[in-house]
Order: sequence, then C-alpha cells, then structure tokens
Amino acid sequence: MSSRRDTAERLRRLMATEGDAVAQNTRTVNQLSDYAIQRFDDYEDLRDAAREIKESAIANLPDLIDEVTEAVEANGGQVHVAQTADDANRIVESIMADRDAEKLVKSKSMTTEEIDVNDHLEAGGYEVVETDLGEYVIQLADEAPSHLIGPAMHRSPEDIADLFNSEFDLDEDLSGDPNELTEFARERVGKHIREADVGMTGANFVVAESGTLMLVTNEGNARKTAVTPDTHVAVAGIEKLVPSLADLQPFTELIARTGTGQDITSYVSLLTPPVDTPIPDFEADEMRSADDREFHLVLLDNGRMGMREDDDLRETLYCIRCGACSNACSNFQAVGGHGFGGETYTGGIGTGWEAGVHDLQSADEMNDLCTGCSRCEPKCPVEIDIPWVNTVVRDRINHQGEGDDFEFLVEGLTPDEEPAGLDLQKRLFGNVETLAKVGSLAPGLSNAVAGSRPGKWVLEQAFGVDPRRDLPEFADETLREWYGARGAQVTDPDRDVVLYPDVYTDYFDPGRGKAAVRVLESLGVRVHIPAVPESGRAPFSQGMIETAREQAEAVHGALVTHIDDGRDVVVIEPSDLAMFRRDYEHLLPERSAERLAENTYDVMEYVFGLLDNGADGDALDVPGDDGDAGVAYHSHCQQRTMGVDEYTETVLSDLGYSVRTSDVECCGMAGSFGYKSEYYEVSMDVGKHLHDDLGAVEDERLVASGTSCQEQLDVLYERGVPHPVELIAPR
Amino acid sequence: MSSESLSTFESSVPGAVHRTTAADADAALAEAIEDPAVGTALPYDDVSLSEPVDTDPSPSALESAATGVTPAALGIADYGTVTIPSGGAGDELVSLYTPRHVAVVAASDVVPDMPTAYERLGEDFAAGMDTQILATGPSATADMGTLVQGVHGPSETHVVVLEDR
Ligand code: SF4
Repeated sequence: MSSRRDTAERLRRLMATEGDAVAQNTRTVNQLSDYAIQRFDDYEDLRDAAREIKESAIANLPDLIDEVTEAVEANGGQVHVAQTADDANRIVESIMADRDAEKLVKSKSMTTEEIDVNDHLEAGGYEVVETDLGEYVIQLADEAPSHLIGPAMHRSPEDIADLFNSEFDLDEDLSGDPNELTEFARERVGKHIREADVGMTGANFVVAESGTLMLVTNEGNARKTAVTPDTHVAVAGIEKLVPSLADLQPFTELIARTGTGQDITSYVSLLTPPVDTPIPDFEADEMRSADDREFHLVLLDNGRMGMREDDDLRETLYCIRCGACSNACSNFQAVGGHGFGGETYTGGIGTGWEAGVHDLQSADEMNDLCTGCSRCEPKCPVEIDIPWVNTVVRDRINHQGEGDDFEFLVEGLTPDEEPAGLDLQKRLFGNVETLAKVGSLAPGLSNAVAGSRPGKWVLEQAFGVDPRRDLPEFADETLREWYGARGAQVTDPDRDVVLYPDVYTDYFDPGRGKAAVRVLESLGVRVHIPAVPESGRAPFSQGMIETAREQAEAVHGALVTHIDDGRDVVVIEPSDLAMFRRDYEHLLPERSAERLAENTYDVMEYVFGLLDNGADGDALDVPGDDGDAGVAYHSHCQQRTMGVDEYTETVLSDLGYSVRTSDVECCGMAGSFGYKSEYYEVSMDVGKHLHDDLGAVEDERLVASGTSCQEQLDVLYERGVPHPVELIAPR
Repeated sequence: MSSESLSTFESSVPGAVHRTTAADADAALAEAIEDPAVGTALPYDDVSLSEPVDTDPSPSALESAATGVTPAALGIADYGTVTIPSGGAGDELVSLYTPRHVAVVAASDVVPDMPTAYERLGEDFAAGMDTQILATGPSATADMGTLVQGVHGPSETHVVVLEDR
C-alpha cells in the first residue's frame, strides 16, 4: 500500500514542480508536429519506407557491423564494438589516455547517457562538458534528461536563471530572459569547445557502406564538437546502422517533423570522419593539418543483440528517438520524463529501451503510465506499435510479481496463465467480466457495498481503487436480459447485425445499448445480441497477455459463425473495437484476426454507412426548434487512432446538429487508470486539460463515445454524459 | 533546375536570397557580406571572392569575422536548404564560427526535393566529397524557454544564387 501512496506522492510533487513547463513544451511541440505532418503529403509513404529500412537493417545487423568497420578503417578511423556499458567506458577512457587529453566536450546523445560516460570519465579525473544548452543545464543541475530531445524541458527560464545564478559567481544576476540565458550559456560552452582535446558526439544514423554519420541538430554544437578538437569519438548504438547513404533520405524528411515540428532542423550533418577540415588551434592561433585528426566509432551493444532476438522487443530497435511519442502522450504531458522515465530513457518507447538495455526493474514504474490510448502510434516515424511494447513489458513485469496479503480475497479469480503473485489491482481490473457477473446477481447489494465506506476501504486497501472515484453502478437489468425479453422488432430486415454486448454496456449502462438497438432497427436492420465474452481489453491493459489471448479466442469462436452468416458486428465501446481491429493481430492467428478486423464496425460508423447507402433516417432524433442543436463531442483516443471518430461528427452534422469537438485526445481516465489510487491525480490533471480545451458547455449537449470518457466527463462537468447514439435514438 | 524550383527555393530559404549573375556577383556579394569577412574559394567560372575577404583565416580571424562565405554544392527547393561540402579549405569552420553565413549556389545546382538531393549527394560522396552539411537557416535553440536564433552557429543566413551558373 505504501508504495501506491509513494507513487502518488512522487507524481504529485513532479506535477507541482515540473508539470507546467513540461505541459507547455510538450503540447506546443505536439501541435507543431501535427501541423508539420498535415502539410506533408509524403508522410505515410516515407514512414513505410523508413520502417522497411530499419527492419532490414536490424535483420542484417552483423553484416552491417562488419561493413562499417571496413569502411571506417579505410577512411582512416577506428571502430570499437562494446558489448557492455563498461566496455564502452573503458574504450573511451583509453582513447583519452592515448591522446593525453584532459577535457572532453560532448554533444547531446542519449546513448552516452545510457552508459553514464560523464560519471565514468569524471571519476577518472577528466573534465566533461555538455555543449547542447539543454544538456548543459541538466549537467549543472546534476539531473537526468527529462525528454529524449528536450533534456531540460522541465525547467522554466526562471528556473534556469536561478540555477546559473547559484552556480556562477556573477556580477549581475541573470533574469529569466531566454536570449540572455542563451547568450550566457553559449559563451561558456564555446570556450570549453575551443579548449577541448576530444569531441564526443552520438549519431542519429551510421551509414555502413561509407562510414558516414548523420547528426541532426539545431544549435550547431554537434558540428563544432565534431570538428574543433583534433579527436572525434562517436558513440552509437549498433541499431543506428543503415546500409547506404540513400537510406537516409526518408529519415531526413521525417525526423524533424515528428520530433520538433520543423520541416527540417537547422543542420543535418553528413560527416565521414576523419574529416578534411583543418584543425583550428585557438591557443596557438593557427590551423593545423587535418592529417592530425583521429576518429573513433564506438558501437554499443549493451543488450541490443538480445533485443534483436526478442520478437516483441525487436521493434524498439527501429526507434530513431525523435521523442514524438512522449509529446503525444497525455500522461507524459502531465508528469514529464522524470515521472514517465526509467534510468535513462523516457516516454512511451522508453519502456522498451529500459527493458532491453537495463532491466525490467528500470521499466517498471514508468510502464504503468502507458494507458494504451495509442495516440503515439500515428506519430511514430517508424510505425512502432508502442502500446504493444508496453503491454509486453507489463506482462513480463507481472510475471516477476510477488505475493500479497490479500491474495485470499481473489483466489480463483485469475486464470492459471497469470502468475500467482500478480498485483491485486491488476487482477481486479483485468477480470472485470467475472466481477460484473458476480455483482449483477444482486445489483442493489453490490452497489451498496461498493459505495459504502467499508466497501471503499477494502477496494482501496486491497485493490488500490481510489476512494475519490465512484465505481460504476450495476443496472437492475442487463442489456441482454432486456433484449431477451423484448426480442427483435424488425421482421423483414435489410441486414442482420450482431451488436457486441460489451461488459460496460451490458451490466452498467444498458441505456446506450438500447439506443443502439433502436437506431439500427429504425434503419431496417435486425439486431442479434448473443452472449460474447469480454474482448480481452481489460486483461490486455493490465499486461495479462495470455488471459487476453484466451478471451480473444473465445470472442472469435462466438462471433465467427455470425460473420460467416453474413452478419456485421457493431460495437459501441471504442476500446473493444480497437481490440477487434488492431490488438487481436498480436493475439490471434493472422486470418482470424483479419476476419474480425474486417467485419467489425463502430456503431456510428455503421449508421453512417447505412445512411450513405440510402437507408431512411427519418425516424432518427434530430434537433427540434427549441435550440437543442449544439453538441460538444469528445471522441475516444482509440477511435482517433483508427480514424473512425469522423463518422460520429458527420452523422450528427448531417442530421442537423452543430458539432464542435475536443482537440485534447485523452480524457485521462483511460479504462482503469483513473481508478487507481496512485494515478488518480495524474488522471484528474489530464482531465482538467480536456476541460480547459472544451470550455464551458452550457446550452449544448455533451456527448462522448468511450465509457471512461463518459465517466471522466461526468465528474468534470457534474452531469450525465451520454454516447452519441443516445442522442439520435428515435424517441 | 527549373524556374519553378528556383522560385520555390527562393521562397523557402529562411533568410535573405540574392539572385544575381556571374557578372554581377561582386555587387551581390558585397550586399550580403558584412566586414570583416572570411571565406573559402568559389568554384564558379568568373566568380571569386576578392579582398577584403580573408580566404585563409587563422582561428582568431575566424572568431572575429562578421561573415563567412562558402560555396554550396546544392540548393534543395522544398526545404530552402543548402548543402555545404566540408573540404580541406575549411568550409565547415567558415560557415559555422561566423555570425552570418553567406552560401553561394549555382542555379543549376538547385534541385526540387530531397530524393533528388540524395541522388546528387550519392554521386558527390562516391566522388570523394563525402562530408556535407545540410544547412537550413540560422542555428537555433528552444532549450532556454523560447526559440532563440544564433547559438553555436550563425544567427543570420544569406543565399546568393548565380542564375547563369
Ligand atoms: S518510438 Fe517512434 S515516436 Fe517514439 S521516439 Fe522512437 S521513433 Fe520517435
């Protein structure tokens, strides 16, 4: 328990100290990047190309290492392959010793953060200075980077001024003017660069055929670092290798758009070291011959070859560390990389990196912050299924779990595939269907217990359910009970469909199911509501992959004859639709997954299709003359990723509603996330952002498609928030 | 180069563009350059850098120069990018250590887009010109809270386009 409280406290503190700067920076860059992508027609084609290049490069990695070694040696440089961080540090230290060096300047590189080269060199008596201004700030503050590309984005200009004022003995204190701060830092850093004996850079890419490095920067410090001292050491993970120069083209066009929202950064350096540039010796005030240049490429394995063998973690190696997945993430926007980060790496994909190059422990705390909302995916230039990487890591962490005092409470609740010591909170939320079945046997009693003080106490103590949240209440009659008694009311149907009875609609909110039935029937469709198991979303989101797989198989079994019978499957809950359309590809054989993906529809998407094909929508409820046409609509994160949110907007607009939508993509509730006591405040912080974005909703109807979104908006706006299908259901 | 590429290039360069001809290059360069200036030799027929541009600068001359002039191997129209080949003459230093960089590009070297640019880069690299910087506008940072131009590299960039080269 105390650990949940510690987590809550830690995140609360981060939100209070760093939250504002992080929120502002990430959201701005995210918007810029959305805009840059929108204006760029080749985006999807280049993502496909980039993905292919990375896939084949990683597949051929051992050959590429040999090839680059030959190329660099032919150019007059040296290649060192380091198995571990320690190896890499030893190599760097021996280069320093060989060159009789005292001072090393560095440009920004996450890979050198991963090996902690600064600490290592400093312990060896060397001076190390970061030259990227953000890195320089966190080096002075002795902090870890809070973002893959904006290492100091958690600090406001005023914070930075305070830091400089306390670190340096200045005649006059700096104010928080960014121009002044930049000028001050560049002067200091510039001097270090001129004096340095060795320059260390990372590399965004390394071209195997020519030994060319690609460095993507804006400040120009990496350029100076690489060419000013006579010795250049580049440290790069082995995954940075690509076969040829031409392979860099898609990345050149993508990396700034997703990463910073620029079309291209100020500098994309294509260096083939040792370079021909003469060596400027500022002390002697003379140019020395480039013949004195020395170049070392340190290629770091440190777990990467293992990741390459790992079917689920492999795609992490395709990551080009643009940081887009962090900027797009609502929880990252709230807590930043010091909350959503491990030893070195931050944000959504950070989990994969930490699990691969460090260990599961280092991925553990951050991993829970991924809610699987999937909004990062369309932003990833190499099409990594980042939520899946997080789910896999969560599953592995679960299997490391320890026992718990309250285990007796849920004995038998978890299928055998999940470890006995699985966190009780995860079991609770992963087994929603079982709970719902038990609870609905006596809905009045269950509601009373869950709402009572002792009930809430047990829920909090045993399961970490935040007492500030109300659990959804069981309905007196489930959707299926209602429909069983009522029966289909279309006798001569144009079509037959299965309405998928998701757990929430069935047990807690049959109203939206009934509305869907009436809408579909009014459009000439006969509805069937068979018993279909929970989609597996609940266990999937807790990292209980095997349980989710069993559910997926059962769902497939329950639906496949209907599909073969020509029935489409209509789904109300977007998170379940996302299972059928997207996540099942990880859980079912390809053909089974495809069959479900192709035959399942969002309910409003289906309504759109029916109307578009000429169905008569006269019976649907349209706005009357009494000014009830205004609608504020919040679509679900996964709907947005699937691109189905637009159908709701179109249907409502076509029926005469005047619709405005939220720009904020996540409500903060994200399934069970907002119920968890350690994350309640993060969830409310994200929710508040949505509230600020939507603003006052007074003479409008407020609707949302997702269960969690509905609940979060219920709280934020203190009113019941229906599903859009309830708005248009015939009265 | 098509005239369309050239006008796209002109409008996408983040900085001043001076269109000129070989015959008028001196005047255009004089307009773009602020003294003291350093530079590297220009490879275009009948165009060269003349006094007082220092083409063999010492480190201290480099540091105190107001302008650095270098040739560009390519202009990339879609991006307003120039590529700076970094050879033994010290183009990398000249284009980097000075607060104003003036890149001189032949109109015939302006290509429409990045795929074409990479084709040309491939040829250059194979021919030994295997270090080039794709430079687009001034150096910049947002690390101090807002966008600031002119960090470790130039704060101002100019491009001189030789229309008849
Ligand atoms: S996972 Fe994709 S979006 Fe995230 S940092 Fe890596 S490349 Fe960028």
